[in-house]
Amino acid sequence: MIDYDTLTFIWFVLLGVLLCGYTILDGFDLGVGILHPWIARNDNERRLVMNSIGPLWDGNEVWLVTFGGALFAAFPVAYATVFSSFYLAFYLLLACLIGRAVSLEFRSKVHSERWRKAWDIAFFGSSLTAALLLGVAGGNVLQGMELGPRYRYEGSLFSQLGWYPLLVGLLTVSLFALHGAIYLFLKTEDALQERVRKSITPLFFVFSSLYLLVSLTTWWHAPHSLDNLRAHPWLWIVPALNFLAVLNVPRAMYLGRPGYAFFSSSMVILALASLFSVAVFPYLMRSSIALEYGITLESARSSQQTLGTMLIIAGIGMPCVLSYTLVIYWVFRGKVKLDSSSY
Amino acid sequence: MDVELLSRLQFAGTIMFHYLFPPLSIGLGLQLFLCELMYFRTRDLAWESAARFWTRVFAVNFGLGVASGIVMEFEFGTNWAAYSRFVGDVFGSALAAEGIFAFFLESGFLAVLVFGWDRVGPKLHLFSTLMVFLGSMFSAVWIVVANSWQQTPAGYHIVWHDVQGESWPRAEVTDFWAMVFNPSSVDRLSHTLIGALVLGAFFVSSVCAYYLLRGRHLEVARRCLRISLPTTLLFSLLAAVTGHDSAQKLVETQPAKLAAMEAHFESSDEPTGLYLFGWPDVERERVVGGVRLPRLLSFLVYNDLSRPVPGLDQIPQEDRPPVWLPFQAFHLMVGIGTMLIIVAGLANWFWFRGRLESRRWLLWILVVMPLAAMVANHAGWITAEVGRQPWIVYPSVQDGVPMMGLRTSEGLSESVTAEQVLSSIVLFSIIYSMLFAVWIFVLNHKIQHGPESVAELAAHKERLGRGGMTQLLRDQGRPLGGGLLDEEPRS
Ligand code: HDD
Ligand code: HEM
Ligand code: HEM
Repeated sequence: MIDYDTLTFIWFVLLGVLLCGYTILDGFDLGVGILHPWIARNDNERRLVMNSIGPLWDGNEVWLVTFGGALFAAFPVAYATVFSSFYLAFYLLLACLIGRAVSLEFRSKVHSERWRKAWDIAFFGSSLTAALLLGVAGGNVLQGMELGPRYRYEGSLFSQLGWYPLLVGLLTVSLFALHGAIYLFLKTEDALQERVRKSITPLFFVFSSLYLLVSLTTWWHAPHSLDNLRAHPWLWIVPALNFLAVLNVPRAMYLGRPGYAFFSSSMVILALASLFSVAVFPYLMRSSIALEYGITLESARSSQQTLGTMLIIAGIGMPCVLSYTLVIYWVFRGKVKLDSSSY
Repeated sequence: MDVELLSRLQFAGTIMFHYLFPPLSIGLGLQLFLCELMYFRTRDLAWESAARFWTRVFAVNFGLGVASGIVMEFEFGTNWAAYSRFVGDVFGSALAAEGIFAFFLESGFLAVLVFGWDRVGPKLHLFSTLMVFLGSMFSAVWIVVANSWQQTPAGYHIVWHDVQGESWPRAEVTDFWAMVFNPSSVDRLSHTLIGALVLGAFFVSSVCAYYLLRGRHLEVARRCLRISLPTTLLFSLLAAVTGHDSAQKLVETQPAKLAAMEAHFESSDEPTGLYLFGWPDVERERVVGGVRLPRLLSFLVYNDLSRPVPGLDQIPQEDRPPVWLPFQAFHLMVGIGTMLIIVAGLANWFWFRGRLESRRWLLWILVVMPLAAMVANHAGWITAEVGRQPWIVYPSVQDGVPMMGLRTSEGLSESVTAEQVLSSIVLFSIIYSMLFAVWIFVLNHKIQHGPESVAELAAHKERLGRGGMTQLLRDQGRPLGGGLLDEEPRS
């Protein structure tokens, strides 16, 4: 039997893995949604762009669903408090996820200019807002929230939209757009691909300036994020790798190795998510009112038995998930082509 | 209005909306798999055309099932935070298992099913279809297990935790398998899955009956009916059998619910009758204008014509569920169930005799039956969930020790206000009405367009030049397109 604290830590790491899986995978398809109106010029191209993520986006979103389920199972107190605190923001996010799902599903089902136009707008708007809200949520968790005694949240939607969370939101949007652009570059051809290529450099500059800005402001606005780095200096590896991964994106593009660039932008996301985990540990939700009101891993976790059972479930399930995820990506490798079953 | 009422309304509304899609996905999944299996065995293009067509319908439905399901996943946290803390240790594992085992399986292979027709071989495609069908069955498994646990909890104990000076209770698992196989989960799961399969069978029959009435897509319609009609009869019979099992369990586990479903206010020493219909008047504790068959409830519940069934007066006032809604919903479900058996029986009879196509009235009845099946599914859940009130987690007895339950009013989120819930209800009412309209529109569009004809499909395969199809035709020494059509009408 693994001891209780180790199990708790394993589950913290596994949640991190699910979150990384989600942001890397759904990151590129949200990014594709954000780029969609700017990159594609006619109906054919719009369909190509949408179909580049057609077979994949649903599986990508399941990472979020599983993250939610795993958070519920492993740290129920955090699940309950986080989602009831972010009540309205979260419903907006859900509305966006619905909007994306159905605009992909329905856009090309009817041959009408107006119909398609309306779904194009919905696709873009919901992708953009979803990316922004995910970042805003991350920013709030980083800076700490107005959590009162006994898990009672005392803020509101407006207090969640401070300048710092919004900045993190913008960073997320630019990161996903960059990640999506590299993905699209891999999946498209000819004129469309050329247009995608041209967008990568400006996107990279927007992203890297926001990246610097957020790093600096975190230092100043949420100094507690650095506590763990100070306590365990070897953890500086994470931000260092992060920085290298960021630089590697333009290098790989310049070398003409877009696959490698995509790998690098995935690593940027991975490193940012790890940095986020390092910054919040051992809290799942930090209180900006008084430290003792915050939700720690220890106060939020399930019983030892449940954490153990869940580990077995994950041990059986995750290899299956990874193997058929790989199969699906392999079946749908290569450039997108439109055929009889496309959107 | 208060947070409790609004949150209950919101939960009921969002879950009922979600539940428009999954049963059709599960039910249609089976039909789709059977069509494709027939194609795989006969290599008859009409079957492939049917399978491709049902895939398109399936995909539209599935997309909405996913979109509305994500809301459900998080709604426990947003609106029922206290409940989530109470049950998280038990309930969360079921939800996580669902994600890992079912949703990944489903969504992964769905990609091959929908986009893979021209990309992978028939064997891998058939396998993917099977996986999608199994995945959708599994998604129902874990969620219904979780729901059954809150109806009839087992395999847990209550632990008190100190939360900043206050002591809070929490249910914690002691025995995982006892939790999974709690007293009602097997019965309710089989009944729920059967309910979905009933819907799928009637849905396919309905579309095919419509094509027969319109004289369109005959080759596909006739073939699909061969699969769907027998399954309508099989599954509607099974629905009655499994429903009966559920009702028998209720008298032990949730007697208050059973009494409410039957508006059985007063216990007596006499055997208990069963209302066919009626109008429960809760204030005066009687049923107005009802028709009651004597002794039948005693028989249904105990297989014994003379044993009385306990009534609502055995339950303390504050623990009684609403009566009117469970009563009506239950009677609606059973009424529809009986009707479905009759319709399925008639349709199969005439089909078997080769006379279905000339019975236009029966075809028209078949056309509208999926609506009834859908209503029965919803009515069943209303019975189960409203009959569970006022408990969100039922109190139970474990090894002779009574365990506390959790009341619905104690399950709410502390920090969510009525205005917030109201705004989310307004937002989602707008979104869901639009989605519903679009769903109907696109579904209708697909059905009106119908499957490709065998000739179109053959030409399409020819263009692809994959060889498989042309080879097959050459083997059979037939010209392309012709000769494959099964045109002999079943008289
Ligand atoms: C096509 C759908 C369908 C049909 C024809 C029926 N049911 Fe049903 N019923 C359901 C679909 C359903 C359901 C949606 O699947 C429910 C809701 C919750 C559950 O466990 O199953 C349900 C619940 C449910 C319950 C409550 C279980 C509980 O609360 O634990 C009972 C007692 C019955 N049913 C009994 C019947 C009987 C006697 C039927 C006779 C024909 C019947 N049902 C037909
Ligand atoms: C595992 C699956 C389910 C769980 C865990 C669940 C749980 C809940 C919860 C927490 C509530 C709110 C509190 C309450 O009023 O009791 C509720 C209410 C309700 N649910 Fe379910 N539910 C499930 C499945 C379903 C399904 C599939 C349906 C029908 C389509 C359904 C229909 C309802 C209805 C009608 C209410 C409102 C009851 C009332 O008015 O009090 N539920 N359920
Ligand atoms: C309140 C409880 C419920 C929750 C939290 C929930 C959650 C979800 C989620 C998150 C999805 C999307 C999965 C994806 O992304 O692929 C989904 C889809 C699905 N759910 Fe639910 N669900 C609930 C109730 C039910 C019930 C009661 C059933 C069946 C009896 C069911 C059956 C399905 C199926 C078959 C799908 C696949 C989508 C489809 O087939 O349309 N769900 N659900």
